[in-house]
Amino acid sequence: MAARDAPRSDRESKDDEAFKRELVTLIPHLRAFARTLAGDPSSADDLAQDAMVKAWDARASFQMGTNMKAWTFMILRNQFYSEKRRSWRQTQLDQESAERTLVAVDDPEAPVALDELRLGLRMLPAEQREALILVGAGGFAYEEAAEICGCAVGTVKSRVSRARRALHAVLDAGAYDRDGGAAGDAMRAILADAERLSTVR
Amino acid sequence: MIEQEANQPRRGSAALDEARLRQQAIGVRLRQMFDDVVNEPIPDEFLDILRKADRRAAEKG
Repeated sequence: MAARDAPRSDRESKDDEAFKRELVTLIPHLRAFARTLAGDPSSADDLAQDAMVKAWDARASFQMGTNMKAWTFMILRNQFYSEKRRSWRQTQLDQESAERTLVAVDDPEAPVALDELRLGLRMLPAEQREALILVGAGGFAYEEAAEICGCAVGTVKSRVSRARRALHAVLDAGAYDRDGGAAGDAMRAILADAERLSTVR
Repeated sequence: MIEQEANQPRRGSAALDEARLRQQAIGVRLRQMFDDVVNEPIPDEFLDILRKADRRAAEKG
């Protein structure tokens, strides 16, 4: 390949190339993770793009050969929570947005089971939701998820198991109606039960 | 794994098996939800942004 007359050293640009190739393969995963954090697909993509650019800008601090997926997920997660702190409009409880989702989700194309899973996920406390998604869907080991979330491995394990129990309870309760408040209350009651049961040792 | 468990003699563990199966079903759906997005084509925007960032890097040197 005819090298462009870049002032960077060959080694540097070669490293950049390798980094970029790997980063591109991670874009679909970053999008999927962002989708589980942000409320709607377009703000999720904004989040994933910001994380991608942050990762690119910080490439010098990344050690090639280590787990880039975990590293970029950590960047994305930090980005999400720092934006959330900045924006007063997003300070409502997850519960509230869950209730709006209960009303808003009405896509006849979507399989019902997935819909219910999404709703159930929205009802979980954020830290349980992300732990479950990283381990249960993202393919991360508990140790990696702990690193991404900046907490102890044991904490991740307990969050995942609580999330599983709570989701199980919510989905078991099955056909809840979708007209907002009442469904939200019902789900809250179910989750409170699940939480109570899961703390009993 | 599940098959193995199903073949074991049941000592009132039907409910437990049932719970495990349902838990597994949730796991499968969870991955499906995630993979649905992973399998979407990457929007051009992402690659454009990365190209621009790369060009900036090349210019800065």
